[in-house]
Amino acid sequence: MTWRERLRDPTTQRWLRIAVFVAMLGIALWAPFYFTPFRVFQFTRVLIFAIAVLGLGLLTGFNGQISLGHGAFFAIGAYTAAALMEKAGWPFLLVVPVALLITFALGYGVGIPALRLHGLYLALVTLALAVVTPPILKRFSGITGGAMGLNIDIPQAPAWTGLAEDQFLYLLALVAAIAAFALARNLVDSRTGRAMIAIREDELAAETMGVDLARVKTLAFAWSAMYAGLAGVLFTWTIGFVSPESFTITLSISILAALVVGGLGSIWGALLGAAFLVYLPSVADDLNQAAPGIAFGALLIIAMYVFPGGIAGLARRLWGRLLAPPRAPAPATAGASTEEGGEP
Amino acid sequence: MSLLEIDRVGLRFGGIVALDGVSFAVERGQICGLIGPNGAGKTTLFNCVTRHYTPDEGTITYDGRDILTVEPHEVIGLGIARTFQNLGLFELMTVRDNVLVGAHHRMTATNFVTAPLRLPGVRAEERRVRADVDALLDRLDLTAVADRPAQGLPLGTLKRVELARALASQPRLLLLDEPANGLNHAEVEELQDVVLRLREDFDLTVLVVEHHMAFVMSISDAVVCLNFGQEIASGTPDEIRQDPAVIEAYLGPDT
Repeated sequence: MTWRERLRDPTTQRWLRIAVFVAMLGIALWAPFYFTPFRVFQFTRVLIFAIAVLGLGLLTGFNGQISLGHGAFFAIGAYTAAALMEKAGWPFLLVVPVALLITFALGYGVGIPALRLHGLYLALVTLALAVVTPPILKRFSGITGGAMGLNIDIPQAPAWTGLAEDQFLYLLALVAAIAAFALARNLVDSRTGRAMIAIREDELAAETMGVDLARVKTLAFAWSAMYAGLAGVLFTWTIGFVSPESFTITLSISILAALVVGGLGSIWGALLGAAFLVYLPSVADDLNQAAPGIAFGALLIIAMYVFPGGIAGLARRLWGRLLAPPRAPAPATAGASTEEGGEP
Repeated sequence: MSLLEIDRVGLRFGGIVALDGVSFAVERGQICGLIGPNGAGKTTLFNCVTRHYTPDEGTITYDGRDILTVEPHEVIGLGIARTFQNLGLFELMTVRDNVLVGAHHRMTATNFVTAPLRLPGVRAEERRVRADVDALLDRLDLTAVADRPAQGLPLGTLKRVELARALASQPRLLLLDEPANGLNHAEVEELQDVVLRLREDFDLTVLVVEHHMAFVMSISDAVVCLNFGQEIASGTPDEIRQDPAVIEAYLGPDT
């Protein structure tokens, strides 16, 4: 066996995947004890953002429904956590199921009109959702604190753990992210995930194969919104402050941008895209202090030009090239010689 | 009782009469050919059986049951599977995943709650169906391309993928919409064998729309000919071949 054949072997690939996962987990657990609190806080932001991006990925990447309004679900998750902790004095962990339920239900609700909308029309309607969220948050100031927002006490690690605040928050985000990624991976790699992708590819054929379009699309929306809601809860925990200005349309667009840069239709792309979007502003600042927005936009355009399939797509291509036998055609199909086909 | 009974089915799109009182029956175990010039209403009739169109009049009965009462996605659960005229494959999915979607309606243990948690029932079901699908892939000579995306494979291969996907639903009635379209001579002959053998092995009843006359005449037990939404002839292949109305429909009136 050449090393290429060995790498193509499914058993080897499974062990490789396990090895990569264990290595990544090791690094992820070691990082908060090595880097400065500022760096650790940045990693936490990447993890939180990645959960929201992953949620949108389930909807847009796998199910083919576009949403420019995921910032709204993010905001609702964040405000649910803030209001319950600040106004009702709930312990921080208890707000998670409530926020998940609320965003799940809202996502399901938005998914129903979305059944009748496609492409740009759906983009427009969800965009409206993102636009109206900040004014609505300002309006119900009894719960939301209005334009002033809400301050909450950042969750502290139990004394026996000896963890600093930044380390504790990072580990909370890490646990949430691992759960979110594991659940998403299982979902995508199942009958239900295949139904989601089938709908993206060809609705009519999917329906003929027995896929209940309305059910799958609304539930995909609900799951997707719930992921954004979870990210919102973590946001509230780590920042300790929510205000309408934190959840403008920019947030929704950033989530979509991260998804596209990371790679549509890839689970890991969400993490890569989130990291890209969190670190890009600081790179852009270094390039051009005066107009960071322009450098940011230019870098985003360059990124899309260099890897059109997203970072995950690029990685997959490189991996494919590594495995392909040098300068040989793709493996012949059974009976390929008679299948040149086409119209006679 | 026939497996499929089409009874006086009519359907109009605006001013165009797509189907005009079409009636025929497909017997159990039969291969029934549905022929007719372009625009005769053959695919429209398929779409009525799969519930994507609802006829304005008439009834469609499958196994003694009025199928006009079921939802489009429930049709496959009754045992009716189809292929499409211009392929309805999920292009970016692998061949294996395409075929797995065919088994969608059988995998009732897997849903939006059980799948993310990968409960034991989900795992058992997935294992069972994957074994079935691997056998089907093997049967249709698709094992070598099982992990490649459907996009970019030769047409003859894609036609077999679609057939495998339909069979994965374990149908009793198979609707084939122009299966020979775009295949070369050798492939058409191979397809004849495949369809005949599949009927034996899976106990299928087949309704096939086809323009390729040699193909449809050689495999069909009965043939129905439509023209302008009306049934103009039905009978054995030999009867149809000599039917003046059929000859006129295809070649034009003898002037």
